[in-house]
Amino acid sequence: MSHSSKLIRVIFLSFFAVLFSSAVYSQHNDKAAEAEKELNPGELIMEHISDAYSWHIMTVGEHHIEIPLPVILYSKYSGFHVFMSSKFHYGEKSYKNFKIAEGKENPLKGKIVESVNGKDIRPIDISITKNTLSLFISIILIFWLFISIAKSYKKRRGKAPKGIQSAIEPLIIFIRDDVAKSSIGEKKYMKYLPYLLSIFFFIFFNNLFGIIPIFPGGANLMGNIAITMVLALFTFVITTFSGNKHYWIDIFNTPGVPWWLKLPIPLLPFVEFTGIFIKPFVLMIRLFANMLAGHIVALGFFMLIFIFGAMGGAIAGYGGAIFSVAFTIFLSLLELLVAFIQAYVFTLLSALYFGMATEEHH
Amino acid sequence: MGLVTPDFGLIFWMTVSFLLVLFILKKYAWKPILKMLKEREDSIDEALKSAELAKDEMARLKSDNEKIMQEARGEREKLLRDAREVKEKILADAKVEAKIEGDKMINSAKAQIESEKLAALTEIKEQVISLSVDIAEKIIKDSLDSDKKQKEYTEKLLKDIDLN
Repeated sequence: MSHSSKLIRVIFLSFFAVLFSSAVYSQHNDKAAEAEKELNPGELIMEHISDAYSWHIMTVGEHHIEIPLPVILYSKYSGFHVFMSSKFHYGEKSYKNFKIAEGKENPLKGKIVESVNGKDIRPIDISITKNTLSLFISIILIFWLFISIAKSYKKRRGKAPKGIQSAIEPLIIFIRDDVAKSSIGEKKYMKYLPYLLSIFFFIFFNNLFGIIPIFPGGANLMGNIAITMVLALFTFVITTFSGNKHYWIDIFNTPGVPWWLKLPIPLLPFVEFTGIFIKPFVLMIRLFANMLAGHIVALGFFMLIFIFGAMGGAIAGYGGAIFSVAFTIFLSLLELLVAFIQAYVFTLLSALYFGMATEEHH
Repeated sequence: MGLVTPDFGLIFWMTVSFLLVLFILKKYAWKPILKMLKEREDSIDEALKSAELAKDEMARLKSDNEKIMQEARGEREKLLRDAREVKEKILADAKVEAKIEGDKMINSAKAQIESEKLAALTEIKEQVISLSVDIAEKIIKDSLDSDKKQKEYTEKLLKDIDLN
């Protein structure tokens, strides 16, 4: 009884979040389009999914509402610099020798560059960008959530779970039993379980935050290749360092294949060796591309409102909005599913790689 | 190109943050949570196992009870049978005793009757004798007037009086 009512509540809240997101997207893009006069959907979408030096919330008329973020730079020529991104006045002005690069074909577009002797040079840039801030916020939320869950486990020792604890517990047990235990094996899974649980919940929650359109969500964190690269590197490093003798023998002298695949040209060892790097690379691309594509498609459906509006006037825009909102709702619900599936796939594959690295042959 | 070029700043912050996430979650979240989960699962297993044991124990007690009941019933049966046997034996003994006693009494009664009869007979005989003697005396006194008569009469009397 309470179970089904909880489910209904979750569905209702998801719907609400999605509807709300639509409203904000719409408002935002509407104003932006008006300000720019000329509609450029591609550029608008890119703006939304790219990292930025400030957190743009919306533009009302000529007035930008955004959160300035700290810029931290180290330049070979001028040393350390720490200042707020508001010094750039939304990218319109330069500060000292620094500016945000522009130009359609510029590979450094949107990044801070330093002008040295008329050339744009990229300094070492560890600014707290939009994605970095989003990362920090989500980490704080994750800490708060899981430490409070751990506390309720201590408080309700040996009793049935309650509240948020009972929402998270099935996921923890799922990762423990169906991912870690079945992929790595009864003996060694406990060593990898904290890492697997961490990546699962980190990816899952950040995917969910990505669906929420307003601050502090809405940053395209998991659709950023730097983030997925670090995650994949962690899996790669752990796999490589926990590889036992059999793991390396399997790679360099694969048993059960004809000898001429290994000598004189080490064809199979070469393929297996590249596999070590391809596996985490694929992990990185899969998560990145899935999350990015979800954002782009959702935004693309949204842009249709303004494309119709620009082509056929306000009525076409409002008419198109009905379909666009419906599609965006559908896609956002799909994204909820994808958020879970991608987190699961990343975790499962990591667990399988650890399992392969530590497998004992008999 | 912008999308697929990882940004150094983000890599740096992500590495730092994710190491922190791993460390803090491992220490303050996963360790206690996994421990408590294990503990709870173990205690549930334990409880189920002891419930099973209790069930077995119950079944055992029940079968014990059944056995005891069976034994008790057998005992009662045996007691009843014994009692019946004893009763019959007592009855039979009593009958025999009574018969013997009765016989004894009858016999002694018979013997007494016999002796009483003998005594009575003896007395009667004695009386008869004395009566006879008296009679004889009277007769003799009367008829012994004549010798002949006396003689005839005596003979006649003697002829009549037969000893029973």
